Parts: sequence; C-alpha cells; structure tokens
Amino acid sequence: MKIRTFSAMIPAVLLIAAAVAAQPVTVENLEAQDSPDDAGGAVELLWSLSEGTDFPDSITVLRRAPDGSMELVGTKPGVSTGHVDTGLENGREYGYLVRVHRGGEVAAEHGPVSAVPAAQWLHSKRWGMLLILIVLAGFILYFIEQGKKGKELYIRQIAGLAAVDDAVGRATEMGRPVLYVPGIMDMDNIQTIASMVILGRVAARTAKFGSPLLVPVSKSVVLSVSQEVVKEAYLEAGRPDAYQSDNIFYLTDDQFGYAAGVDGIMVRERPAAIFLLGTFYAESLILAETGRSVGAIQIAGTAMPSQLPFFIAACDYTLIGEELFAASAYLSREPKLLGSLKGQDVAKLFFIAVIVLGVLAFTLGDLWEPANEVAGFIRSLTRVE
Amino acid sequence: MRLYVPLAITFIAGMIMILEFFIPHQPFPTLGDGVKDWYTIVASSAIFLGVLNLLRVHLKKIARRRKHWRYSPVTIIGFLSMFITGVAWGVTEETPFYYLFNEMVVPMGATMFSLLAFFVASAAFRAFRASNWRASLLLASAFLVMLGRVPIGDIIWRWIPGAAESSHPYLVSEIAEWIMQVPNMAGQRAILIGAAMGVVATSLRMIFGIERSYLGGGD
Amino acid sequence: MKKLLERIGNVDRRIIFILMALAVIVPLALELTMEMPVGEGPSYDLYEYVEDLPADSRVLMSFDYDPSTKPELQPMARALVTHMMSNDVNIVAMALWPQGATLGQTILSSVSDSLGTEQYQDWVNLGYKTGGQVLIVRLGSSLEAAFPTDLEEVPYGEIPMLSDISTLRDFDLVITLSAGDPGIPAWVMIASDRFGVPVGGGCTAVSAPQFYPYLQEREGERPQMEGLLGGLRGAADYETLIERPGLAAAGMSAQSIAHLVIMVFIVIGNITFFATGRKKRTKGGGR
Repeated sequence: MKIRTFSAMIPAVLLIAAAVAAQPVTVENLEAQDSPDDAGGAVELLWSLSEGTDFPDSITVLRRAPDGSMELVGTKPGVSTGHVDTGLENGREYGYLVRVHRGGEVAAEHGPVSAVPAAQWLHSKRWGMLLILIVLAGFILYFIEQGKKGKELYIRQIAGLAAVDDAVGRATEMGRPVLYVPGIMDMDNIQTIASMVILGRVAARTAKFGSPLLVPVSKSVVLSVSQEVVKEAYLEAGRPDAYQSDNIFYLTDDQFGYAAGVDGIMVRERPAAIFLLGTFYAESLILAETGRSVGAIQIAGTAMPSQLPFFIAACDYTLIGEELFAASAYLSREPKLLGSLKGQDVAKLFFIAVIVLGVLAFTLGDLWEPANEVAGFIRSLTRVE
Repeated sequence: MRLYVPLAITFIAGMIMILEFFIPHQPFPTLGDGVKDWYTIVASSAIFLGVLNLLRVHLKKIARRRKHWRYSPVTIIGFLSMFITGVAWGVTEETPFYYLFNEMVVPMGATMFSLLAFFVASAAFRAFRASNWRASLLLASAFLVMLGRVPIGDIIWRWIPGAAESSHPYLVSEIAEWIMQVPNMAGQRAILIGAAMGVVATSLRMIFGIERSYLGGGD
Repeated sequence: MKKLLERIGNVDRRIIFILMALAVIVPLALELTMEMPVGEGPSYDLYEYVEDLPADSRVLMSFDYDPSTKPELQPMARALVTHMMSNDVNIVAMALWPQGATLGQTILSSVSDSLGTEQYQDWVNLGYKTGGQVLIVRLGSSLEAAFPTDLEEVPYGEIPMLSDISTLRDFDLVITLSAGDPGIPAWVMIASDRFGVPVGGGCTAVSAPQFYPYLQEREGERPQMEGLLGGLRGAADYETLIERPGLAAAGMSAQSIAHLVIMVFIVIGNITFFATGRKKRTKGGGR
C-alpha cells in the first residue's frame, strides 16, 4: 500500500519540480547596509535569488537622487546577488530600488531599502591577525631586552655561515675572486635584504684578505645598496683603496639573461668561492651546477622551498629558510639581534601549540561540541580578509 | 643624519603600511595608497640606474681593453637594438621590436630554461644516493611522483594483468597525487610558516631600526 | 668490475647530457603518443570551475611569466583562453611581468582570430604595470587608476566591455599564469583572501608543490584556489579536457621518456656508489 502510494506521488513531485524550475527567478530578501571595514562612502546591497533556472537578463540598482528621482548606479548580471555603491557621503541616508529585467522590460521592482555609510576604525575581520602580530612582536621585543641586559642567548651552529671564512680564505690562497650572487629579486624582498647583510660580512672578509669580490646584480636598486654595503665594509676594514665599484655591476632584469650572464662570469673568472644567497627561482640549478663545474666551494641560502633541493644537491653548504634570516644575528653575535632570533623561536613554539590545539579540536569536534567551538575560534583568529 | 633620515623613512613607511592594513578609516587608506604609488614611481625610475650602470661598465671595459672586453660590444649592440626599435616603432605586433622579441629573446630564454633538463639529470646522477633510510624514502617518493606525473606511470601499471580492471586503474598517478597533497603539503606548509615568521621578525627589526645592515652603514 | 663501475660513476656529464637530449628528441621526432586519462585533481577542478561560468562572465587573466617559461605556460594559456572564448566568457588580460603582456597578446589575438571573437567586446589586453603585489591591492580600489589605457593606448573609458568593471571585485574569476614572483601567492593573498574573488592558476612544474596548500578544501568556505595547472602535465590535462590536444599533450611522451631516463641514471649512480664502497662526505644546512 505504502509503495503504491509513494509511486503515485512520484509524477506529482516531478511536476512540481518542473513547475518550480520553470518559474522565473527573482530577487528576494533585499537589504542595504553600510559596507563594512572600509573608509566609508559605500553602501552594500545584498539579496538572494529565488529557486529556479530561468534567470533574469539583468538586475539594475537605482539610487534616490537629492531631487527625489531614481538614478541608475549599477547593472549586474542576472545571476548576481549583490552590489556595492561607492562614492557616497558619510552620515547621509541613501535609498535604493532594485529592478529585475526580462526581454527588455522591467519584470519586478524591489525596495525601497536604505542605509547610511560610515567609516570604521578597526577592520573587524583582521583582529586575529592583529593579535598574532602583537604576540609575535611581544616575544621578539622581550627577548631583545633580555639580550640588551646581557643575558646569555644560545644559538646553534649553522654550518654554512661558519664556512664563510674558510671559503674566502680558500679564494685568497688560490688567487681567484669571490663571486657573490644576491638573488634575482628586488630590495622589497626580505631575502634580498638578508643577503645584503651577509654581503657586508663577506665584503669585510675579502677586504681583510685582499681577494677580489664580484657582485653581479639583477635589479637597479639592489645595485645601489650593494655598492654602499661593500664600500662601507671596505672602509670599516681600513681598505678603502681596495674597493672597486666596477666589480659590483648590473647585468639584466631578465631571469635567464641574468643566469646566462652569471654563468659566463663563473666560466671566465673561475671564482674559488661562490655565494648564492637570496631569492632564486628556476635558474638556481643552472647557477649551482655551473659553479660546481668550475670547482668552486659553494655556499647557498634561500627561503624558496622549491629551490632548496637543487641547492642541497649541488652546493657544499645550504642555509635553509630561516637560517638565511638568522645570518645577521649569527655573524655579528650582537645581543639585540640574537634576542630577536630567540623571540622568533619562542613565538614559533606558541604557534605550534595553537596548531596542535586546533587540529585536536577540529578532529574531536564531531564527538564533543565544545571542541567545535574551540576549532571555530582558532579558525576565526587565523583568517585574513 | 645620513643614518637617521633613512631610518625615519623606513619607520614611517613601515608603520603606515601596518596601520593601513588594520585601520580602514581615513587618512590611513590615502596614506597607504600614496606609499604604494611612490613605490611604483621609485621602482620604475630605478630602471634607469641599471641601464646607465650597464652602459658605463661595458664602455669602460672597451675603452681600457680589460679582460674579455670583446663581449662588451655584443651586450651594448643588443641593448641598443631593442631600445631603439622599441622607441622608434613601438612594441605592438608587426614592429621590429616584436620581431626581435619573438625570434631572438623568446628562443634564447627558452634555451636557458631548457638547460635545467640536463642539469637535473647530472645532479640526480651525482647526488641522489640512498645512503640512509631517510634518503631511501625520499628516493622512493621521487620515483613514484616522477612516474605518476607523466602518462607512462599508469601505462606501466596497466601492463600488470588485472590492474586495468581493478578498483584503481590509475594507481600510480593516484599515489603521486596523494604524495603531493598530504606529505608534500605538510612539509611545504612548515617551511612556509617558518619562512613567514622569519620575514615578520626581520621586517619588525628593520622598521624599529634594530637591523641596519641594509643601509650599508654601521650603528 | 669495480673499475668499470668506478668509471661509470665518474662518467663525463656531457654523456649524460647527450642521453637526455636523445630521450627528449626521439619521441618528439617519432611523434610518439600516449593515452592520457585525466582524473580528479587540481587540473580538473580548474576546468570544472571555468566550464561552469555562465556566458558573459568576466575573468581577469594575468600573464605573469616570461619567454623562458613559455614552453610550459603558453600551452596552458592557449587552452584556457580557447575554453573561455568558446564559452563566451569575457577576458580582461594584464601582466605583472614586463614580457607577459606581449606573450598574452600573442595568444589572445591568435585564438580570437580562430574563434571569431572581437577585441574590446569580448577581450582586452590592459598590458603590463610594475608594482606586483602593490598593484594588485590597487586593483581592489580602481582598475582604471592602475591601467588608464590598454596595451594599444586606448583610454579605459572608451573600451565597451570595461564600462561596468571598476574594481577587482567585479570579476567572477582571476586566473594567473605564474612563473615566480609576483605571481600566485600575491594573487591568493590579495584577490582571494582580501577581496573574496575566486582565483585559479597555472605554474611551472617545479613550483606546483608549494601551491598545494592553497587548494585545500575548507569547511564552509571555498578553497583559496579553485584549481591549479602544474607544468606541462597540467597544460596537457587541460588540452585533453577541452578536447583540443596541442603542444602540451604532444610533449607528454618526451617527458615520460625523460623521466624514465633520469630514474635509470639514479639507479646506476646508486649501484656504482654502493658497489665501489665509496662514502661521500656530505655537508649542508641544518645538520
């Protein structure tokens, strides 16, 4: 009996579904609100679309002008569900209508709705990022203070940085130059900045030992900074006469043009020590293999995960990721810099704890509701919009 | 003065960009847009610095007949060809610049990139050793991914009797995809998080003037 | 035997280069083809997303690469542009890399000629602007301020298809074909995370693993990237899915043989290493 009744219902259900699908889709639940998290001057109109597949040709948004007439402020595709009206005055109320168009005519009109645009002082969806930044900065500044107070701060040995002196010494003994390649990105890249720090130390060593230092660069601003860094290093080492500005030169912005140029320098000049420190992309293996073929000792370092395997395979020493950023602290042993490194490590422990907590909460969420809430909180903390 | 002015500029610009990210209210968006526009202007202008240096270094090399000076005219002729044709006839389709770009620059760049195929082979032959269990695991994963990322991995799998009709007819590419989506993703995330923290710490040190080496001077 | 293995282990790398060259050239010369099924994965996800875009959708396509990576990225650019133009999706092209604009123009004009679409009605190339990530943020407030004219110096306001596009939020999808920086991470951080615009991408094979975290499904939200074409395989997958095999599909046979040859080299290298009892001292960071 039940099966027969159910079978009889199927055609009716199908007819109803077909009828719904055939109904023209229209706008529902229209609302206007101040556009959130902005400097004001914008109102957000949101609506949903009714069930069906027969979408309108277009949806227009009209705003009430000061003289009371309606002016067109936006034309959206028939599948859209919102519009942001910009260029408005904060504190003034704006009224809107939304029209649905089919076949060149207005099929329906919705509204009026109104809202008052305003500016916000704090981005509501970035509070988590602000908290994380405060925690991270807090740890770093705390340990910098500890370092300034003379507290002993341990840093493990980093083989690549410990080998800098040996590499430059080898070049001096062999009477061959040192080649320093600071990567292919500009000074706005943190890895390039970290590379400039190490360049200063390497330049100090080459000034002391009297080895020529060649620095081919790929970006003009990096050229200026490199020249300043090396000049200062030579001045501080008491060897201003040994500084040669022509040894620090621009090649090209083009990635593989730069790789070809550096390869040419390696093959012609045959440096005894090669430093590949900074941001590298696909040219990393080309540079490292050519450097190996000329018999140089190679110290590489980058935070590019895709290039690290190539450097590890082809170079004698590789600074992996954060080791590159730790170089300034490691080489100078300055308490403030060591302190910031320590603070970074402690902050990392904190984030590991947050990650483990989040993973556990999310995993247990199906079995225990409070765990779901913890997972949701951690997710909102780490989301950026 | 020489040190304090750049430090002040770094601090102000850095703080504007941080505050602009968290505070939508004016004047921070305008200040942020201004910093970004200035950055675009400075970056564009800096191109001339590099060009002038390139010409100066190579002309000097030619004039003084330094070691390997014969390569310098080639560099200068190449640079001038692209520059003059681009300025004189534009860079759109069917101009001399476009022809030089398509027929010379593009193939030369692709040639340099294709060197990687040879260097990967020689580096793999020399360096990939199963010297301990970690290296062996790495090698096994590398083999599976290399086979799974090209059609031949599944073709070899389907030669096995019954494999094509099994519930996993494309098992090798499925394993390769799993390696990419699970262990690889975990490792990539860890490196990304560590590097990102290094970036934040270095940036904070620079903004607050603790890190000054990039300015070229001492304390 | 040990001496022979030692000699093999110390083989001149030029012999390796010759064998690699043959491994790539011979399959291409013989026009070897292979069956290429496309399963579920990032390539299929991107295809599906683009396929589901309604007619007259607006896609911002950024050509963020240069000639050196053209062999990997240009085939996927052609496949994507062909797919979108065939489905009446409007394309606004731009570039964050200087040569990307010209490379993009080559694809757009040739596909447009073959499919009969019109510049300024169905597609436009805004060209290259410096700035990278900073430029992308600028697009979030005003496209016209960032690109006052297109590649051919036509003012923004005179281009019909841009009349109702003012910011990044007006796009239904952003596709970036990226060979480095600026590229996918910048677009994901700004366009997807900050402005909520869906992002899809293509990249070189060596970079693909680092972008997999962006593809992960998130509960209650869309992923940071809708799909990813990784290297020549990704391009070949897309060509297969749109049923227009091209350069990428043809290159798969050569890549397959090359991968096999590299694996053979690795095996031979390990055999000689263990057989000669050589222990090579290795150094490196973090150890």
